[in-house]
Amino acid sequence: MAASLLSLSPNPTFTASTKPSFSPSYHTTPHFVKFPNTSQTPTHLIVKPLSTHSPRASLSSIIPRATATPTTSTTQTSFHGLCYVVGDNIDTDQIIPAEYLTLVPSNPEEYEKLGSYALIGLPSSYTTRFIEPNENKTKYSIVIGGYNFGCGSSREHAPVALGAAGVAAVVAESYARIFFRNSVATGEVYPLESEGRICEECRTGDTITIELAESRLINHTTGKEYKLKPIGDAGPVIEAGGIFAYARKTGMIPTN
Amino acid sequence: MNSMASSTIAPNPASFIANKKHLGFTAFSTSSQFSIPKCNRRISKKVCSVMAPQQSERRPSTTGSVKTAMTMTEKILARASEKTQLSPGENSWVNIDILMTHDVCGPGSFGIFKKEFGQNAKVWDREKIVIIPDHYIFTSDERANRNVDILRDFCKEQNIKYFYDIKDLSDFKANPDYKGVCHIALAQEGHCRPGEVLLGTDSHTCTAGAFGQFATGIGNTDAGFVLGAGKLLLKVPPTLRFVMDGEMPNYLLAKDLILQIIGEISVSGATYKSMEFVGTTVESLTMEERMTLCNMVVEAGGKNGVVPADSTTFKYLEDKTSVAYEPVYSDEQARFLSEYRFDVSKLEPLVAKPHSPDNRALARECKDVKIDRVYIGSCTGGKTEDFMAAAKVFLASGKKVKVPTFLVPATQKVWMDVYGLPVPGSGGKTCSQIFEEAGCDTPASPNCGACLGGPKDTYARMNEPTVCVSTTNRNFPGRMGHKEGQIYLASPYTAAASALTGYVTDPREFLQ
Repeated sequence: MAASLLSLSPNPTFTASTKPSFSPSYHTTPHFVKFPNTSQTPTHLIVKPLSTHSPRASLSSIIPRATATPTTSTTQTSFHGLCYVVGDNIDTDQIIPAEYLTLVPSNPEEYEKLGSYALIGLPSSYTTRFIEPNENKTKYSIVIGGYNFGCGSSREHAPVALGAAGVAAVVAESYARIFFRNSVATGEVYPLESEGRICEECRTGDTITIELAESRLINHTTGKEYKLKPIGDAGPVIEAGGIFAYARKTGMIPTN
Repeated sequence: MNSMASSTIAPNPASFIANKKHLGFTAFSTSSQFSIPKCNRRISKKVCSVMAPQQSERRPSTTGSVKTAMTMTEKILARASEKTQLSPGENSWVNIDILMTHDVCGPGSFGIFKKEFGQNAKVWDREKIVIIPDHYIFTSDERANRNVDILRDFCKEQNIKYFYDIKDLSDFKANPDYKGVCHIALAQEGHCRPGEVLLGTDSHTCTAGAFGQFATGIGNTDAGFVLGAGKLLLKVPPTLRFVMDGEMPNYLLAKDLILQIIGEISVSGATYKSMEFVGTTVESLTMEERMTLCNMVVEAGGKNGVVPADSTTFKYLEDKTSVAYEPVYSDEQARFLSEYRFDVSKLEPLVAKPHSPDNRALARECKDVKIDRVYIGSCTGGKTEDFMAAAKVFLASGKKVKVPTFLVPATQKVWMDVYGLPVPGSGGKTCSQIFEEAGCDTPASPNCGACLGGPKDTYARMNEPTVCVSTTNRNFPGRMGHKEGQIYLASPYTAAASALTGYVTDPREFLQ
């Protein structure tokens, strides 16, 4: 998987990443795949989210950052995987309870550990665990929620924990401001907005595809399709790997 | 008894909102969220200092020749962006006056700062960064202790001017620099000033809006950027205006007002928006009460809350800061997204039931809810006046508490007030004496405490699925420790009254 991504990548500008680089764990099976749309020549590949073995992190040791060149092209991406469905007002204490905030996200080891606690604060009414005991990663690469997802604290640990657990995108009816901002700033997860209450029509374990360019979500289990709100200008920032990576890529700040 | 008591049991008859205007206001929503202007300007101190003198000349607010009216929040952001005009929805690079971080988010912010600006990078201004360990202090958790060490190392390396350190965990009083809860410490140490922009890596940074400034919470990555650049791209929020008039009954506190508002507009009612509080009631509030009001705007999703600075503000600041500041005010013609009006004299003591701050109910509606404990503390309800209020209820009743009652002063200053200030009408007793007579737990070392659960050994953490009446700010599942625990958010009056009965209790039972 990592190798194939590498070969597809003519201009890996994404290596300026805000994600800490950590040792890729190749033994982990990726739970989702992404399909760069080749109908348009991709000038670079979106790597962020999409693999639990973090191809971006592994690439960054190979490809020098200096290759980054500004580009304005849009890359079309799909996410495919299983979804985990939650309700309204999922606050940051449910995403990552305060007792785990001693973990420092910029520290690679603790970043991994944060991921293993993602959504551990959900009440016991959620009978299906988001992450199996003794696992670090989730098998659900897409989280579907109701309104006001990520409300509460400003802890960046929240989107980081989801990203570190292997979540590529959250699809919710609406977001709390700071969670949305932190998701974009870190590039950890795509905070996508649904047009309606998809959380009432999808069930945990359904197979989902998200076509980012078309702002479309397909539930293969139920056969239904849903419209998403366009991610807009936040998309390229997440795609780049966060605000610093984006700012470098677009020449706003110098590459170091 | 209050006049509405007989009319309805619904906590909020629509009549409380006498006038909710929706001023068709759509322009702001069309702007894109991230239209980042391409600028190669490497942010440097030089640019800031060159630009600074222009600010007074360009100030649009007080010239009398204002072209387009602005709200207070718009004006503050415009001035900090060195612009004459900003409208809701616009993204603007805003110069930051103060950046605050603490032990939970500081280490991660520093990590990002070093990674992005370089291992040897220097912060943009060592006097504009305030670092306050406060979250996980009195714990044996090694990682929590390490995080405070990381703060100390960074402050030493960067020669940070304002670092409120603690080294001796066995006795907080042995640490003269140590303050406690960051939002209260910021105010007490004079870092909150009208017209300024304050960012902090904590969602309750909005507390400082009580001083008529723009204050909001940010994440580690944004904080890492600010540490190096001294500015941040912010979207200008539209403003909701809350007009609160009428005399405040003696059984209400600002906590009741904000619970009323959150119950009205819901936990997402102010998402991306600014909340401006005005009216005769707000004018009558002390600074600490205004801080309570602004503290919980984030519980309505708000980006920031503001109270216009006035003589109360200036008086509070007199002995706290020597920095010149310049307040701004909303223009008369400023556009508000909507306006809510409340007659405060008709309100009753409120609680927010589990598990959401907008799950509003009258305290008296919950009188059959048996409770296991009471918690008085945090940035919301752990200030000097909060303890004074609780003491007033205990004093009036003369009885003992029926459930464990935990008291966590927000800061060292508050702790000293609890032990030193006489409670009016008590014949010279201090809060601490009254609490002891009432059978409360001894006031604990100042810090964020169990408001957000924290490490397992945190004082007063809910390690069992108990029911708690708390003066804190959030009651989501697990917030104070146990996922099945139930938290009733309430004012210090209501919390103290509930402690005395062992049930959720309207403080009028003791105060009238």
